[in-house]
Amino acid sequence: MAVTATLAAKGHGRGSDLVGAGLSIGSVLILWEVMAAADLTAGVPAPTAVLAAWWNLLFDGGYWQSWYLSAFRVAAGFFAALVLGVLLGLAMVVSRTLYGITFPIFEVLRPIPPLAWVPAAIIFWPTTELSIAFITFLGAFYTIVINTLDGGRAIDQRYVQAALSMGASRMNVFRRIVLPGTLPSVTTGAAVGMGITWEVVVAAEMISGGGSSMGGSGGGTGGGLGFLIWNSYTGGSYEQIIVGMLSIGIAGYLSSGLLRRFGQWATPWIGRR
Amino acid sequence: MEMVASGAIGREDSRLAMIRRRLALSLRSPAPYLALLGFALFLGFWHLAVEVWQLPRFRAMPSLGAVVGDWISRDPIYGLSLFTPEYYAHIWASLRRVLLAFALATALGVPLGMAFGWSPAFRRYVFPLFEILRPIPALAWVPLAIVMFHGTESSVRFITFLPAFFATALNTMLGVSSIDESYLRAARCLGASRWQTFRHVVVPGAMPFIFTGLQISIGVAWFSLVAGEMLAGEFGLGYVIYTGYTLVTYPTIVIGMVTLGLVGYVSSAIIRLVGRRLMQWHARNLGIEG
Amino acid sequence: MNTPCLSRPRGAIRIQDVVKVYDPHGAAVTAVDHCTLDIAPGEICMIVGPSGCGKTSLLNAIAGFHDITSGAIYLDDRLLCGPGRPQSEPGADRVVVFQNGALFPWKTVLDNITFGPLVQGRSTLREAREKARALMADAGLADVESSYPAQLSSGVRRRVEIVRALMNDPSVLLLDEPYRALDSLTKSMMHESLLQTYYRNKVTIFFITHDLEEAIFLGDKVVVMTSRPCRPKKIVTVDIPHPRDHNVLTSRRFRELMDETMSAVHEEAQAAFAAGEREG
Repeated sequence: MAVTATLAAKGHGRGSDLVGAGLSIGSVLILWEVMAAADLTAGVPAPTAVLAAWWNLLFDGGYWQSWYLSAFRVAAGFFAALVLGVLLGLAMVVSRTLYGITFPIFEVLRPIPPLAWVPAAIIFWPTTELSIAFITFLGAFYTIVINTLDGGRAIDQRYVQAALSMGASRMNVFRRIVLPGTLPSVTTGAAVGMGITWEVVVAAEMISGGGSSMGGSGGGTGGGLGFLIWNSYTGGSYEQIIVGMLSIGIAGYLSSGLLRRFGQWATPWIGRR
Repeated sequence: MEMVASGAIGREDSRLAMIRRRLALSLRSPAPYLALLGFALFLGFWHLAVEVWQLPRFRAMPSLGAVVGDWISRDPIYGLSLFTPEYYAHIWASLRRVLLAFALATALGVPLGMAFGWSPAFRRYVFPLFEILRPIPALAWVPLAIVMFHGTESSVRFITFLPAFFATALNTMLGVSSIDESYLRAARCLGASRWQTFRHVVVPGAMPFIFTGLQISIGVAWFSLVAGEMLAGEFGLGYVIYTGYTLVTYPTIVIGMVTLGLVGYVSSAIIRLVGRRLMQWHARNLGIEG
Repeated sequence: MNTPCLSRPRGAIRIQDVVKVYDPHGAAVTAVDHCTLDIAPGEICMIVGPSGCGKTSLLNAIAGFHDITSGAIYLDDRLLCGPGRPQSEPGADRVVVFQNGALFPWKTVLDNITFGPLVQGRSTLREAREKARALMADAGLADVESSYPAQLSSGVRRRVEIVRALMNDPSVLLLDEPYRALDSLTKSMMHESLLQTYYRNKVTIFFITHDLEEAIFLGDKVVVMTSRPCRPKKIVTVDIPHPRDHNVLTSRRFRELMDETMSAVHEEAQAAFAAGEREG
């Protein structure tokens, strides 16, 4: 997941690239269609069937409700992670003592995949909604903290010395050197974290809403695109599974892209390749 | 004068002395004591919040004593401990899935990434397919994988494999395109053929990125394995965590989580070590340049 | 000495009316403009010009990294590139030493040096190592053979890179501001060591620099280039006899040559500065 950010920073998208993309994607779609017609795709529906199902869903309020619910959860978890993660990261940059106390625990907890927290979260939080938000939060939190911390520690000491020699106070140094110096890696961490939150939200929705006994509340409040996928699976509507997958792909791609744009806007001094 | 290489002094014998010196240094620094303090605070709060103060939401959580007690008990109340063979069976089940997925992801991802990085034509036509599939979260594949592979086991393996594969291929590609043009030119100047350039320049030059990719790869493999096992598994640590919830044997949830963290950490540490061994030149570069 | 001595001098470069136009996004940029230059076998030819003036395009054309738009380049009467053959094939007869150095960081010094002969299949591992050790001993590099490049100082790295090039018995060495990043003391050490190497292995040296002092100290011929597009503006023959050492720097003839050339270089530097041609 951490790769997503690095690669997307590389610019492409010239005319010939688009032609190449169109050719390759087009030919795979045609092949898929033919194979589906010949019943060679192990039950995976044909692209045209998927498109038809998607078209129908576009007029279905429930589909857009799923978008809204997933996006809302992602946003809630993500912004909580952003605020708390940046705060903790900065505090660890500024205070060596806090770093010494917190970082080892952090390193011990980090290898536990966020989704392993699902049952514990469900037990702890009073509502399913809160537990999904918590898992989503966890997904982005680690990445954001680590990026903030690394960014803050990588600030060239000469900038700090230069500022001090020009008579800056400690507060000045923090506001004018540490904060902007950390910003580029915070935005990178945020973009990567955003990718992870979508990943996590889908799973959390499937496990808690879609899974047999968890969450309990089922259809109504369960909702979300992950639930849509799971529901389509149990309901035997395979076209809708793929519609759901593509929708999440689009949602994740758009939100990461948006965030990256915002990051570029916020750090105009970073060279573009 | 300047031709004395800084790293050419005897290595093996000085290594032990270096470790000892480092140990002494770190004991004098506050770091280990702060770390201990941190763990004490964390575990202390867990214990107090659940068992002594019985804070509102914490009351339902498994307590530190229950978890540790069960984990090291020869006769665990909730059925899973260091002394029960099931514990190791679950670890092995998860580990086997991850290793299988990781091996396959490496075997396919590295060559694919090399091809992306090395051949612009291949990249132009195949990379878009790759890019279109990549934003779809691995876990969203679960139902489709069950449909395609007619079974939960292969679908769990598939979703473990998929993100690992993407991470490996992408990082390998980045590694190849990160190689400084002048290395490629130098190789051609010195008479290397295309294949020789590939073998002597592209492969070693991309190696640091490949190993970063492998680290991410094993991380994401564990990440989605857990979810896969929760949704569709019949064995493994994700399954342990999930059934810990459904069967209301809450301490096993925590045992499962901690074990998962441990196994995950060890597996990525091993990859880091192998990488360091294979790329001594790289480790030394980093060591010398800061 | 240790290398098979080149009895018959080779490495004559003839650059004939070469034009190089870059056309990346429809806006044509002329980098090299009708450039004609003759370099004698075994001559040290110094190309001087402001950064980014197009000197490197010329070097890339000789080396075979880029094509040329028109004109021709010959090496010992063999057409490298020209009509019907826009780009020459890179080869070990014209080895480049790069601006930032291109020793492979993942190979030890010895493996770097033996790379050329081994990939060309010209010699066995043992022969290659023998020759490498001999050349390294000559260059005072005997004790670094098992180090990785990153463990060496930048001065040593440059010397290793030149040895790596000489291993191939090239007829021409193409040096693209190899000492640019070095401090002036190290730089003057490098100059003397390059000359020593040159006296042992007479090759043609095509040396790009923006440092006039370096050019006159090393060169048999100093070619001052105009700023983008690049073409010879002034050619100065340096008549200071070889072998040279650092005492040359304080000699009267050296000062005279500096005076004679300085204004030409300065004019171009100003033109480049005014045109906003920055390092690229």
